Amino acid sequence: MEIINFLNLVFLAPFVEMVSYPIFFSEVIISGLLTGVMYSLVALGFVLIFKASGVFNFAQGAMVLFAALTLVGLMEHGFPIWAALISTIIVLIALAFVVERFMLRYLINQEDIILFMATIGLTFLIQGFGETIWGSNVKPLDLGIPSESFEVGGLLLNEFDLFAAGSGAILVAVLAVFFHYTRIGRALRAVADDHQAAMAVGIPLKNIWIIVWSVAGFVGLVAGIMWGAKSGVQFSLSLIALKALPVLILGGFTSVPGAIVGGLIIGVGEKIAEIYWGPLVGGAIENWFAYVLALAFLLFRPQGLFGERIIERV
Amino acid sequence: MNETAAPSNEETNKNGSSDLEKNTTFETLLEVHNISLSFGGVHALDEVSFDIRKGEIRAIIGPNGAGKSSMLNVINGFYHPQKGSITYKGNERKKMSPQVAASQGIARTFQNIALFRGMTTLDNIMTGRNLKMKKGIFWQMLHWGPARNEEIHHREIAEHVIDFLEIEPIRKTPVGRLPYGLQKRVELGRALAAQPDLLLLDEPMAGMNVEEKEDMCRFIIDVNEEFGTTIALIEHDMGVVMDLSDRVVVLNYGKKIADGTPDFVRADQGVVDAYLGVSEK
Amino acid sequence: MFYRETGQFKSSYKADQAIFPLSQDRWFILFLIIIAFLVIPLTASEYLLQAVMIPLLIFSLASIGLNLLVGYAGQLSLGTGGFMAVGAYMTYKLTTAFPEINIIIVFILAGLISACVGLLFGIPSLRIKGFYLAVATLASQFFLVWMFNKVAWFYNYNSSGTITAPPRELFGITVTGPTATAETRYIVVLAIVCVFALIAKNLVRGRLGRSWMAVRDMDIAAEIIGIRPFQTKLIAFSISSFYCGLAGALMVFLWLGSAETEAFSINESFYVLFMIIIGGLGSILGSFLGATFIVCVPILLTNAPQLFGLSMPIDLQKHIEIMLFGFLIVFFLIVEPHGLARLWQIAKEKLRLWPFPY
Repeated sequence: MEIINFLNLVFLAPFVEMVSYPIFFSEVIISGLLTGVMYSLVALGFVLIFKASGVFNFAQGAMVLFAALTLVGLMEHGFPIWAALISTIIVLIALAFVVERFMLRYLINQEDIILFMATIGLTFLIQGFGETIWGSNVKPLDLGIPSESFEVGGLLLNEFDLFAAGSGAILVAVLAVFFHYTRIGRALRAVADDHQAAMAVGIPLKNIWIIVWSVAGFVGLVAGIMWGAKSGVQFSLSLIALKALPVLILGGFTSVPGAIVGGLIIGVGEKIAEIYWGPLVGGAIENWFAYVLALAFLLFRPQGLFGERIIERV
Repeated sequence: MNETAAPSNEETNKNGSSDLEKNTTFETLLEVHNISLSFGGVHALDEVSFDIRKGEIRAIIGPNGAGKSSMLNVINGFYHPQKGSITYKGNERKKMSPQVAASQGIARTFQNIALFRGMTTLDNIMTGRNLKMKKGIFWQMLHWGPARNEEIHHREIAEHVIDFLEIEPIRKTPVGRLPYGLQKRVELGRALAAQPDLLLLDEPMAGMNVEEKEDMCRFIIDVNEEFGTTIALIEHDMGVVMDLSDRVVVLNYGKKIADGTPDFVRADQGVVDAYLGVSEK
Repeated sequence: MFYRETGQFKSSYKADQAIFPLSQDRWFILFLIIIAFLVIPLTASEYLLQAVMIPLLIFSLASIGLNLLVGYAGQLSLGTGGFMAVGAYMTYKLTTAFPEINIIIVFILAGLISACVGLLFGIPSLRIKGFYLAVATLASQFFLVWMFNKVAWFYNYNSSGTITAPPRELFGITVTGPTATAETRYIVVLAIVCVFALIAKNLVRGRLGRSWMAVRDMDIAAEIIGIRPFQTKLIAFSISSFYCGLAGALMVFLWLGSAETEAFSINESFYVLFMIIIGGLGSILGSFLGATFIVCVPILLTNAPQLFGLSMPIDLQKHIEIMLFGFLIVFFLIVEPHGLARLWQIAKEKLRLWPFPY
């Protein structure tokens, strides 16, 4: 009897609920999609650097935090928003320069896993640096974007979320054009393929790395602004970055569309799981659901949704 | 085993290798039959058949991309051919994992050195003994009694290989630090440590200078004569191939184009064409 | 001059395969063990034992565990904290359910359960490697910590959600709980760590260790010489988890006395990873050095400003500590990926020639 009850709770009741309250269900999906856009933005930074330098940059989350912290910190010191934005971008470019000059340059041709661990170190370095300078208390970020909710056909939507989704879409479009149709974009792809070969045909590796880390920093800034405006700029921003990792697994490390779709899937999936199944196990399953979803997915398709299949040779 | 040997003799007779050689028996150790292997649309191997006799040195030659390495990969179970069968020691098999191949006495070296770079020469060679070591994890934890005796026993065999290949001074050097020629030698050592029945060598002399090549030839001949190990090797240096091998099989574009003694193969028009190109008439 | 191998000839493979082939090393290690077992408990203050020695040993154990997996078998894991939690919570469950079982046996059992969990979370290594796997291990970190937080059964439904070490005796002496002295707890931890460090050393110099390193360096080649990569990796995962679980159990029962799930957060996983990077990947000695380093640096940072008569706000200290760790990781990976252990080795090589370098 208990078993039947349990099965009902797990396999039937949630679906019945979804169907019987379709508007609520749509709202759940929409809010999931909007969270997903945020995840995608963070994941995008990872993908950019991975595509261009083959480095899995664990520090992307710290860069999101650092970018947002710098922006808010400058605004607190009386900078107008445009000046703060420009200064932040300059700081991020400087960061890219420092990372290339003092870290990547010495790690060329090291194993992937060593580079990965180095970026974990970088995560702590950037995070500690940012908090040493700007402090670790929660800072509100007000961009002057209205966050009123309005109703469309019975659905409750939030203006700010739509704004975030819109700017995310624009950013992705710009990046796609940049990657595919510009000379720098081509050079980036060449570097990703083979460092040595790219150098041999005269692509300046250093500059490329600085450019791509700057772009990733910029993407991080956008992500940081979105998250920061929503929930304040604080340490937990770098934890959101950890959420972007399952997104990457799902989407594939090398695919920009993968990052977007993966982000949306994770966003919606964890919202639905949290709302319909969460109460059964005590809630807060958002913490791990994305990982388990990605893990299950990995077993069936190790290269991700859009990743390239790797054929091993001897 | 004799059943499989009989028909293959007839086949090889046709190909002109009826003369008896030093330690070659007519017993077939391995026979590949109608092997076809393709990756996507690319045919790496197309209906290839040949045999390897016990105790012989069998060379597989052909231009680049002829499917030689693929053939070795099929033999030791790393690739699974779509068609055809492999008979090893009289047992036919369809699919086989590399581990099973290794446990049945097939060892190999690689075209691009596949040593364990972070480990010392001795440890690399000891990994070749891995399959022969049986003591369970509990004994290994203690590293005492049976486990230690086993370790010492296999160390002796590994040291024998080190002696044989004359690499005593680099015993405790991490192989990543060794020059190319020595790495190739260590790799041969790792394969030898497994005391294989069939040794597959993928371009053992590629990128070596004359001296190193001579050393390597000497080792290959010694392995073959002293231990009676059957050897199949891929090599581009024709001088080496003609001197070393008892019989040669020639592949081109995944197809077998000739099979026989070195002299027979050298005289074959198809082989000459494959290597030198055919002028359009 | 004093540190020489000249004249020390080995006449058997047995002697050559000893852990410390040089007699100076053997004497040195014997000396260390005597100090650790006799001198320190008699002379050290409670503070030194509780704040330095015990955590140092416990984290050494966890580092050894992670090093077996990352440094030897080449499988990067960020789930250490989760496995430590399994060890701690299982010890708690077992010892409260069966108070009569010897606490050491309970520790071992908890470690074994942890090994089984590690085995389970090691299964993805069948299909994935490198940082894909690292991300997958984050799943174990978050899931396990969440589970111990949410499922009340694991902390016996108490209202605070904390697990507390009950008093347990060993040979008639109380070793856990509030009444146990720092000296006894130190001795017990030291004994356990010594035994398991020896076991780890034995494993890595034998067949299993060679299989691990083979899979780490080139898994395809390992497969072709007859090593089963998947099986080898799974064994690495479970043994590593055993060590981490044991360390987690010791952490709660012989060091902190009580703990919540926060004690096993992702940061714990990172810190243990830092220990093995700084100490040296693929080195048992390095695990000890790295743990010593990471445990001691914050203590130095806390006390250093006072020495110069300065005061530093606590959170600034924390930030600088984080920054310093990050810097050191990058520094070590660039300069010496084999960490302190390698530096130690270089120092020894120098010592062999000292004071006559030519």
